[in-house]
Amino acid sequence: DTSLAEVNSFSPSMPISPSSMINQYKFEDEPELRDLFITVDDPESHITAIETFITYRVVTKTSRGEFDSSEYEVRRRYQDFLWLKSKLEEAHPTLIIPPLPEKFIMKGMVERFSDEFIETRRKALHKFLNRIADHPTLTFNEDFKIFLTAQAWELSSHKKQGPSLLSRMGQTVRAVASSVRGGVKNRPEMFTEMNDYMETFSQKINVLDKIAHRIYKEEKEYFNEMKEYGPIHTLWSASEEDVADSLKGVASCIDKCCKATEKRMAGLSENLLPILHEYVLYSEILMGVLKRRDQIQGELDSKVDALANKKTEKDLFSEEIGKLEDKVECANNALKADWDRWKQNMQCDMRSTFINVAENNLRYYEE
Amino acid sequence: MEDCLAKKMEITVSEAEKRTGRNAVNMQETYTAYLIETRAVESQSEGQCAPVDSLWRRYSEFELLRNYLSVTYPHIVVPPLPEKRADFVWHKLSADNMDPDFVERRRIGLENFLLRVASHPVLCQDKIFYSFLTQESGWKEMVNETGFQLKADSRLKALNATFRVKNPDKRFTELKHYSDELQSVISHLLRVRARVADRLYGVYKVHGNYGRVFSEWSAIEKEMGDGLQSAGHHMDVYAASIDDILEEEEHYADQLKEYLFYAEALRAVCRKHELMQYDLEMAAQDLTSKKQQCEELATGTVRTFSLKGMTSKLFGQETPEQREAKIKVLEEQIQEGEEQLKSKNLEGRDFVKSAWADIERFKEQKNHDLKEALISYAVMQISMCKKVCLACERPGQCIYRV
Repeated sequence: DTSLAEVNSFSPSMPISPSSMINQYKFEDEPELRDLFITVDDPESHITAIETFITYRVVTKTSRGEFDSSEYEVRRRYQDFLWLKSKLEEAHPTLIIPPLPEKFIMKGMVERFSDEFIETRRKALHKFLNRIADHPTLTFNEDFKIFLTAQAWELSSHKKQGPSLLSRMGQTVRAVASSVRGGVKNRPEMFTEMNDYMETFSQKINVLDKIAHRIYKEEKEYFNEMKEYGPIHTLWSASEEDVADSLKGVASCIDKCCKATEKRMAGLSENLLPILHEYVLYSEILMGVLKRRDQIQGELDSKVDALANKKTEKDLFSEEIGKLEDKVECANNALKADWDRWKQNMQCDMRSTFINVAENNLRYYEE
Repeated sequence: MEDCLAKKMEITVSEAEKRTGRNAVNMQETYTAYLIETRAVESQSEGQCAPVDSLWRRYSEFELLRNYLSVTYPHIVVPPLPEKRADFVWHKLSADNMDPDFVERRRIGLENFLLRVASHPVLCQDKIFYSFLTQESGWKEMVNETGFQLKADSRLKALNATFRVKNPDKRFTELKHYSDELQSVISHLLRVRARVADRLYGVYKVHGNYGRVFSEWSAIEKEMGDGLQSAGHHMDVYAASIDDILEEEEHYADQLKEYLFYAEALRAVCRKHELMQYDLEMAAQDLTSKKQQCEELATGTVRTFSLKGMTSKLFGQETPEQREAKIKVLEEQIQEGEEQLKSKNLEGRDFVKSAWADIERFKEQKNHDLKEALISYAVMQISMCKKVCLACERPGQCIYRV
């Protein structure tokens, strides 16, 4: 069958746009292998005596055995997402947890509950959950499952369990202290490279983010001026006879340019800007992950030093050390694997985004 | 058009040069001089080229020529000069008269002016114009000797006439409105265009920033490195392309500017008509009042109140001899006045006729030129977009390849 053959071949004569091909590989696993589908939509405003907040509907469809049902619908607010993220970070300190949209945006002067803000946040939350679902380890996290399936009251009672705030703070203090003692000393070469890479990457992505916003702003001002440009020609055509048609023609062309510019701007704000922003956040996350790895390594190193100084209590220590060594080993491996995964994803995302932008530009000029 | 100078002579303004000299108040000044080259066109030449004559002129001499033409041919819509100072500038364009781009655009404008005059059926035959093109020294004196400055109407007189004229030709009133509208719409358009150009420049230039970041980023990437590098390069090319685009747009702006200034020339013809009409109305009024005076004196009836009438009533009437003398004087004046009125009427009619003929010619020229300008503007935009399309495809392919 010729149609089937065309779909499977990769001949250059095939009229498939590059971006549609990339989209097939957007999520790391083959689409057919995904067994967890999540959507975030339907923001709703809730007003209580104390506060006003927004909840989002989270719909999950799954064929996995460990889920009691195949479909779930729950309502979650931003706080719940924050909780989930911190639980994941706790459980997997050296895995790369996807970024959450920020609490609020200072510089944009966007009103907290403006429609634009809510929509941007909703899209980011949707992405957040889907990235977790596609992560080979995180997707089986218990808290994640509870997040997706529990009713509101179930979730709050579950949240109350687990280490108290105070004990968690204690952990953080110890971690900071141990990192100060220098987990950097014995850092494997690979992670130093990663650190260097992330520093540069973080710099560049931040600049790119700024540039993209600047371009958006300039385009907007260009659009505003163009809006005035077309109608003048129409006005002029009113006092002419012979030239009137040509003038009206130019006016309508300019209006078309305006519309095309609008489309281009929409393309930017829907594709490029959110991705760049996400990766700005990612770069912060990755720096954090690398730090945590260093902390764990630091713990190990300090115990090893302690052992070297105290010849007694050897057995106890060696068991602890053994555990720590395993921990470090695990952490390192986890990070490495995740890092590779993340880089691949990043490249994929960047590729598709840039292609998208290029295609948009092409379309703009064609119009 | 067959006899016009443009067909017999090739005229170009081929060069511009910066000069320093001493001005009227003996102060040092810098100015630009333009080289006018002329060559007779042989109607049947087989590879034979007539020699090229050339002379240098500066902008103020062009101005003098134009003033002379406007005063000497008030019924003609005299072609305008390119702007004296750079107007409607947007941020990159310099407002400096010495800026080479401005000088270049002015050179083209001056050549255009000469060609327009040379192809005008009436203006091309003017001797002063011919010597402007061919006689370097003594031309200024020649112009001043014509005494044209005396014929120039004062601005105040013209303004007065505009407000007081009672029966201007309706066509001229319409034309006046049209030229006002044309002026206002074109200057509005040019202003907005300048702002649009400014913004567009901004958009392109910021894209240039991508280039640097991409190439720095590509240094730390392995697989994506090449793609990023070439994408960065293409961003630089894209950002640089705006300069050419906007330069071509300036040409469109210049074409519109010419008609902005042409609107002023149209207004001048209307003003002249108003002046003549007002003059005519004043002369007619004067004649009527004189006739009335005469009648009053002859019949002894005082129809209108006059101080003379009052004083003569109070202090006694004049003698019949005095009255006779007065009547005689008035009758002579009336006769003169009637002749003057007749000739003024004739003048007025001639003016309207010849002015209207030139206005029709101008209208056709304007329609043709504007249509062409709009079309070439559109064509230019399309070809610009096509170029960018080609340029955009390449980075897309680069990235995809990676």
